Amino acid sequence: MALHLETRVQPGAAASRPGPPPRFRLTRLDMKASPYLYIAPFFVLFGVFGAYPLAYTLWVSLHDWDLLAEDHPFVGLDNYTKLMGDADFWHSVVNTLGIFVISTVPQLLLALWIANLLNRQLRARTFFRMGILIPNITSTAAVAIVFGQLFSREFGLINWTLDLVGIDAIDWRANRLASWVAVSTMVDWRWTGYNALIFLAAMQAIPRDLYESAAIDGANAFRQFWSITVPMLRPTIIFCVIVSTIGGLQLFTEPLLFNSGTNPIRGGPSRESQTMTMYMFENAFAPNFNFGYGSAVAWMLFALIAIVAIVNVVLIRRLSRGGR
Amino acid sequence: MGITSRGRRSAVIAGLAVAALAAAAGCGGGDDEASGDGTITLTVDVFGQFGYEELYKEYMASHPNIKIVERGTGANLDEYSPRLTQWLAAGKGAGDVVAIEEGLLVEYKANPGNFVNLLDHGAADLKSNFMEWKWNQGLTADGKQLLGLGTDVGGMAMCYRKDLFEKAGLPTDRDAVSKLWPTWADYVKVGEQFKAKNTGAAFLDAATNTFNTIVLQTAGDAGGYTYYDTSNKLVVDSNPAVRQAWDTTMDIIDSGLSGKYGAWSDEWVAAFKQAKFATIACPAWMTGVIEGNAGADASGKWDIASVPGNGGNWGGSFLAVPKQGKHQNEAAELAKFLTSPKGQIGAFKAKGPLPSSPQALDDPAIAGATNAYFSNAPTGQIFAAGAKSLKPVYMGPRNQAVRTEVENAVRTVELGQRDPAQGWSDAVANAKKAADK
Repeated sequence: MALHLETRVQPGAAASRPGPPPRFRLTRLDMKASPYLYIAPFFVLFGVFGAYPLAYTLWVSLHDWDLLAEDHPFVGLDNYTKLMGDADFWHSVVNTLGIFVISTVPQLLLALWIANLLNRQLRARTFFRMGILIPNITSTAAVAIVFGQLFSREFGLINWTLDLVGIDAIDWRANRLASWVAVSTMVDWRWTGYNALIFLAAMQAIPRDLYESAAIDGANAFRQFWSITVPMLRPTIIFCVIVSTIGGLQLFTEPLLFNSGTNPIRGGPSRESQTMTMYMFENAFAPNFNFGYGSAVAWMLFALIAIVAIVNVVLIRRLSRGGR
Repeated sequence: MGITSRGRRSAVIAGLAVAALAAAAGCGGGDDEASGDGTITLTVDVFGQFGYEELYKEYMASHPNIKIVERGTGANLDEYSPRLTQWLAAGKGAGDVVAIEEGLLVEYKANPGNFVNLLDHGAADLKSNFMEWKWNQGLTADGKQLLGLGTDVGGMAMCYRKDLFEKAGLPTDRDAVSKLWPTWADYVKVGEQFKAKNTGAAFLDAATNTFNTIVLQTAGDAGGYTYYDTSNKLVVDSNPAVRQAWDTTMDIIDSGLSGKYGAWSDEWVAAFKQAKFATIACPAWMTGVIEGNAGADASGKWDIASVPGNGGNWGGSFLAVPKQGKHQNEAAELAKFLTSPKGQIGAFKAKGPLPSSPQALDDPAIAGATNAYFSNAPTGQIFAAGAKSLKPVYMGPRNQAVRTEVENAVRTVELGQRDPAQGWSDAVANAKKAADK
């Protein structure tokens, strides 16, 4: 399409003509309008599925909005005031951040290590490189169901293994930390390979002569990794951290499916693994059907992600300045 | 000037593009229910097992212009309720006839405008087809709108595994078993005997199920209400019926009788398959659930005895017609057919939900019904006998949310996360919070 445009719109030839033929007028229109047309899908889709719901959610959050009621009285910031003093909400914030840290830190370290391994000369390299991505293309629901069974208290493979080495069975759903670990495992299973592949791509862009000079200076493999690879990967690492942050703070499917049975949306009897998105759903839909309050939770989530994103940007600026 | 005109033109084109895209997006959801030959398709939304398949066939045969499609068969109530609520809120998506569980119905009654008033469709004549309290449950508080027609009630029994009872040296005959536990205290004693024999199985599945059974019984016996009194005041901490049920449940937990399988969870289902518990509180509709979870291998290993304590009702549903439907008249007729005594008998034979119609309960088809899966237990006698004398329990507007909190408090004690006293104060505090939401 772009090629087509350029060949048509060589201006020199056209300018010498007395009046533009209709065909040329069309071409001019094409040239002026088509860029807008090309970018329109994004803006239209963003408008319909991004900006509008965002604004609507804000509007809803300012009302006492029973999902089924016909009247939705305006209550101003009441929902937010209530939310600030809602212990269950803060509990879900802590859960979300806890699961985020437990999943992201080992995930990125592991990804870095795997990428480093895959960056070496080894047999069937492409096979392994592609293989680590397979968990990522598996459906989340399937992953959650399989892991849900692995982490079963009485019938699970993990407790069975623990039993073999003499450790008492852990009730993965009724212990806050254990449930965080279990949910994190699912997240890591899915995303480690993805991050490893991104690290690998960045590693391959590091000039080899850096390693050669380092080797001549007597740096061992670990030193090379720590002093060359990691600093050169800094922007990539930050990218992965941001992407993991956004995904981690919106975690929903894994903990929801992990908690099967009545009211899985609570994330366990004492809300052990209830994330913010689950708390939002619990309030906006069953069993509370309080759309206004749920929307307020959604906006708090938005604010939290924005704060973390700003922290990330500040970190990027500082790190890239430090890198120079 | 040139710039503005160019800008305006591009804006027009961009606008056109937007309109085109929006039009394309808008077309996606077109649904045309009436096809060319005048056939009307009615969608029925259910959860679990309603046992309507044969009835649909019969209805379609007598109404050649109607085609019936059922959705949601086997769905968990926890998945179904929010989905239905979202459809109602969105004004689109719900079936022409929808099943509503009694706990959800009380929430929907607060906004009856979402449903067709079945009294406008000649339902008033059907009043005598239903037990009085079941009929009244379907009415709004002012009695002017009928939201739903009753399908089933949840008359109570106790299902048990004969093989595990035999292993523990307990009687296996259903009459003898019923005699073991006239009261819940006796049930605990039997449980302790069972436990002492180390069969490798727990005595019961989950304390929450047992708690709910007991609270509905004690409430039926006492004031006729549980967490809310009949003036819709939250009385979770002052209603002696709730406290009594709580204490009885604590005794069960204390004696270590519960297998602690979270009700309806994957583990719970697995525990059925592996015969990991011996008894389960068994409203009539639970028989279908047991059969589904325990599977064909366990056929003939289960049996049904009477429930400790005094009868009681747990659950039961209604059929309603959402106002968003396009074929409200036809849908109302179908709902009337499915909830008729004949429809209720058909459903009972298929999947076991106990009729809410006295005529159906009197019918020999029900009185003489047995269930092959449960060692040919005379389910008709067991459930129907108590059904007509059921004492209804009133449910307040936020019953479901409050019940969830109290049951979760039971669960925290069962799992050893809280002691009974802490559990009780959690239950009261969280219930109050949930009621305010």
